[in-house]
Amino acid sequence: MKLVRYFPVAFDSIASNKMRASLTMLGIIIGVAAVLTILGIGRGASESILGEVASQGTTRLTISPVTETDGEGAGSPVQTLTMGDVKALADPAFHPDVVEVVPQYAGNLQLVAGSNNSQVRVTGTTAAYADVLRLEMAEGRFLTEDEITQMSNVIVIGTTVASDLFERTQVVGESVRIDGEPYTVVGVLEESGNAGFGSNDESGFIPIGAAHGRVFNVPRYRGEYVVTSISADALSEERVEAAELQIEQTLRLRHGLNAEDDNDFSISTQASLLETIDTVTGTLTLLLSSIAAISLVVGGIGIMNIMLVSVTERTKEIGLRKALGAHTSDVLLQFLIESLVLTLLGGLIGIAISYGAALLVSRIPNFSFDLLIGVDAVLMAVGVSAGCGLVFGLYPAMRATQLDPIEALRYE
Amino acid sequence: MPGPSALIDMQEVTKVYQMGETKVLALDGVSLSIEEGEYVAIVGTSGSGKSTLMNIVGLLDRPTDGVYRIRGHSAGDLTGRQLADLRNREIGFVFQQFNLLARAPAWRQVELPLFYAGIARSASRRRALETLAQVGLAERADHKPEELSGGQQQRVAIARALVNRPSLLLADEPTGALDTRTGEEVMALFEKLHAEGLTLIIITHDQEVADRARRVITMRDGAIISDLRGAAATTASGGTNGLREPALAPLPRPAVIEQIEEKVYEAG
Ligand SMILES: Nc1ncnc2c1ncn2[C@@H]1O[C@H](COP(=O)(O)OP(=O)(O)O)[C@@H](O)[C@H]1O
Ligand SMILES: [Mg+2]
Repeated sequence: MKLVRYFPVAFDSIASNKMRASLTMLGIIIGVAAVLTILGIGRGASESILGEVASQGTTRLTISPVTETDGEGAGSPVQTLTMGDVKALADPAFHPDVVEVVPQYAGNLQLVAGSNNSQVRVTGTTAAYADVLRLEMAEGRFLTEDEITQMSNVIVIGTTVASDLFERTQVVGESVRIDGEPYTVVGVLEESGNAGFGSNDESGFIPIGAAHGRVFNVPRYRGEYVVTSISADALSEERVEAAELQIEQTLRLRHGLNAEDDNDFSISTQASLLETIDTVTGTLTLLLSSIAAISLVVGGIGIMNIMLVSVTERTKEIGLRKALGAHTSDVLLQFLIESLVLTLLGGLIGIAISYGAALLVSRIPNFSFDLLIGVDAVLMAVGVSAGCGLVFGLYPAMRATQLDPIEALRYE
Repeated sequence: MPGPSALIDMQEVTKVYQMGETKVLALDGVSLSIEEGEYVAIVGTSGSGKSTLMNIVGLLDRPTDGVYRIRGHSAGDLTGRQLADLRNREIGFVFQQFNLLARAPAWRQVELPLFYAGIARSASRRRALETLAQVGLAERADHKPEELSGGQQQRVAIARALVNRPSLLLADEPTGALDTRTGEEVMALFEKLHAEGLTLIIITHDQEVADRARRVITMRDGAIISDLRGAAATTASGGTNGLREPALAPLPRPAVIEQIEEKVYEAG
């Protein structure tokens, strides 16, 4: 079978019905471009969030107290995680895979500078916090070991706090007041850019001792100040699980838990966070895929309509071709090639449009993610559209070839 | 009695059209035999079944009942491919309503049968143009149907019917849309080809056209009411059977077609 023979016939037919051809292609273009763009947005957003999380380090562990399940304090955190735990966890003999242990005590406070004031989430912590949390400084520096041990009146603030209080961000050396007591600003954090996830723009950091001893009214447990959470760094990504076990063992021992008792703390790792985010973005992708599927159906219906509108004309044409001696296979091959040419051309244009959109998006400054167009999405979109073109183009043709030529010629 | 050697042989052929509840008996037990090389005119009032009969002869339609044989092969026993090859190489069909492709230029229309005969495009374009020249449309080869008059469209359809050098030409009112002069030219071309062996069956309203045939079949209400040959035909239709000088040069019959024909008959 010399397939090449049918190409000129198919091209003639397309060229002599430009309207029908372009409308069919339009359906495919819309379907393919919409699917690829929508899926590209979904994938781009997911990758961007996952990248953000990964950039904050994949070795970090966060230990937080569980919440009280009964009694009058139900719903609030159990007050058993203390500075004693922090000191114990810092012992490398029992925790060979844990390299840094950083306590945090956080609460909301009012900061005042001149006549300005700002509600800020203030965290008491240690110098290592900046390393473990991968904080970048815009101005000055983070808290130092000396300042921690001396419980100095110093503070590091986020950019939003700085501009709220001083209407500018170069504020190192300025003074802010907490409960009337002055704190010297020693550093301003780099702006996070994206509001929300992991942003420190509206935070303040002071030495843990100042938080425990002066600023907050912190309860004690077995003689040690309570903390709201502990951050730790594992030796490496591979040692995260080992570090988690070592921490768990120490804390259970220190908290006097029996074998049958549940942990009164929880340890979350970046890996588990990534998993959670994966499920969230999975749901997002599913949602976007449904929208994409709808666009494909819309495109498909468009193609079907054009094909059905021209069924009468095409049936007559098939009747004539058969009357002039066309075999059924001649007719079907011509129609097959016509449909293939249209769908592939439409598919290519659709792909080009969505890549154009991706290029455009990547040029937008400050736009937090790129459009990611996967080969699987391209194959699916083109496959479905081409399927529509073939089914709706070939089905009427197949029916028409079953008719006697004169019946097809008289078809209304 | 007509033997099985006849080119066309019909026995008690009926054709019933089902129109919802009512049935239309378009052919009512037609028996007919036409030998190779005959020149037959079919006349009769409108609705008498002439076109229906012609469609069955041209293998475009099937009888509801009865047997139709072409060169001894029962049409009902032929496969789709054999029917297609016979339509392509044996039969030239000129439709009452032209049936041209809406948006294709004249030469493309004429080329179609050559494409389905498997002839290469370069050769087929040349043949299509030659055949168009023979019906006087050399200048109009690139024109689409909408740019042609009714008579010109009919001549494109005639060129298309003749381009594959059929042995049987079926023409349903071929001169109906033509002016007297071009009608004359087309008839002269037909008769020239007939003189070379083409079997000619023409449906016509035109008494002058019928007068030129060697055999005149008259139909009414789906049946043949008279079938007159030779002098009788001439006398019956009241005209003279004057043969004219052929106006156009003969067309060579390509060897490739004859080869394929042999295959068709071996298969059939
Ligand atoms: N496709 C059809 N459906 C129903 N009736 C038809 C059809 N074609 C022809 N007829 C009917 O069959 C009869 C013969 O028609 P036709 O063969 O076209 O006659 P003619 O060509 O002699 O004018 C007419 O009564 C016509 O109405
Ligand atoms: Mg008729």
